[in-house]
Amino acid sequence: MNPAVLIASVYVFALAAFLGYQVISRVPPLLHTPLMSATNAISGISLIGSIVLAGAKGYPLPAHILGFVAVTTATINVVGGFGITDRMLKMFGKRKEAAKPSAANKEAAK
Amino acid sequence: MSLTSYFMEATYLVASILFILSLKMMSHPETARKGMFLAEGGMFAAVIGTLVGAHIVTWVWIIAGLTVGSIIGAWMAVSVPMTAMPQRTALSHAFGALAAALVGIGEFVTKANEMGAITRGALGFEVMLGALTTTGSLIAAGKLQGVIAGKPVQFRGQNVLNLLIGLGMVSSFVFFWIHPETVVAFYSMLALAFVFGVMLVIPIGSADMPVVMSLLNSYAGLAAAATGFVLGNNVLIIAGTLDGFSGFILSVLMCKAMNRSITNVLFGGFGAVIAEAGAGNAGGVMREISLDDAAMQLAFANRVVFVPGYGLATAQAQHACRELGELLESRGVTVKYAIHPVAGRMPGHMNVLLAEANVPYSSLYEMEQINPEFPSTDVAVVIGANDVVNPDARDNPKSIIAGMPILEVDRARSVIVLKRGQGRGFSGLENPLFFKPCTTMLYGDAKSSLSHLAQAVQHV
Repeated sequence: MNPAVLIASVYVFALAAFLGYQVISRVPPLLHTPLMSATNAISGISLIGSIVLAGAKGYPLPAHILGFVAVTTATINVVGGFGITDRMLKMFGKRKEAAKPSAANKEAAK
Repeated sequence: MSLTSYFMEATYLVASILFILSLKMMSHPETARKGMFLAEGGMFAAVIGTLVGAHIVTWVWIIAGLTVGSIIGAWMAVSVPMTAMPQRTALSHAFGALAAALVGIGEFVTKANEMGAITRGALGFEVMLGALTTTGSLIAAGKLQGVIAGKPVQFRGQNVLNLLIGLGMVSSFVFFWIHPETVVAFYSMLALAFVFGVMLVIPIGSADMPVVMSLLNSYAGLAAAATGFVLGNNVLIIAGTLDGFSGFILSVLMCKAMNRSITNVLFGGFGAVIAEAGAGNAGGVMREISLDDAAMQLAFANRVVFVPGYGLATAQAQHACRELGELLESRGVTVKYAIHPVAGRMPGHMNVLLAEANVPYSSLYEMEQINPEFPSTDVAVVIGANDVVNPDARDNPKSIIAGMPILEVDRARSVIVLKRGQGRGFSGLENPLFFKPCTTMLYGDAKSSLSHLAQAVQHV
């Protein structure tokens, strides 16, 4: 890696850290579990590094095999992580439907 | 650069933007789900871009990995119950970190000799963080699942031993960095990192898991970011850093919620300290209340606040709790739920459990929001929570949990504590709340107590 690329990478890192701080500190505690599972799924982007290792030009067989395991675990995180996050967020989304019956009950009680 | 490479880079840029947008949309439950679709789109684009632009020559390993991973991932996504979310998340930290570590090892096997000093440094970080997070997260998952005893494992000289292992790991890293041709140094760094991960997590008790989970989250993210540095790949740096910082912010929040420092969590061994300091006696008698009296109190209250702790989840009483809540609401009682930040085994866990039981999120209140409301609350119902409502944290500077922010239920007009028995509960700490004149105890399994309460309320 030449110094110019390194400096650019450090810029990207620092800006992402700053942006991450700004964005994530606005997430309410209500959603902290989905947040953790979502960022987990997002960091499953190491899948693309794993894909390169598993099949790109210039890597020997042992690297392909390590890459295969890495692709598997990263894919588990991506598919599982997004799947579970969606399942959780769906539960938080159903406020209106959930609130109606209890409001109706209240009417009935009166 | 060829056209396909430009295409690949473009998908990475798109993915980075979509990831950031998706996290921004996480700031509200109404938009969060839509945001996740964006992130999924970004991920899909980046994968397609890589397959097109990365000069793939061997497809079999990629396709096999994607297939196996998708099947396991989809199975996990559908089948994991919400109560098991902490274990699932710990496991996924392990998977993410393992992927990072493996990519690092692969780079080392293939390109160790062509690497410059900077890349080598990043590679060392990637592999170290990846390896220690893998084993650490597996131990955490094991503890949460109950496969490994949740009690802190401690022995004399533990911190010294850990320090030695840590030092050994770091010095192997430095040696490898200076002499890249010494394969032994690289592999001993890897091996020591695996051991170090185990050693870091075994002394930590289950109650401290929210902090550990967040820290491991942070490490897993940073490992992915280091991978980005090794591969010179910006989307990896961005996604990894976002993950790393999210974990870091959550660890700080969790530590604040327990009034402890990160070093104290990692090296303090909470459970062991209490055995000595927990002798302080609040004294007095606990008054028991009958089901019918409790139901009467609830039915004629104006404002009721439920305070759920992890005991609610272990008793699987979320649904029973929501049913009682709805019943009270139908009688015109205002019902709110007070959620302490560490109520559960990971950040935000209790919110998810209650949301699953159909409690509308508008009824869930954070500690800062609900505390001023306790003085005007008629009945606070504490269900399987203990330390987070312990007034000693506020009043007794000598208490081991002194300074920890609590839900101030003792300011409510009356308190009903649902508890299994008269024992001291999870942390072994005496709780003066139970002896206050405004407090009454309802013993028994939380789930059956709550459903019996609901029946009794119907007959009032």
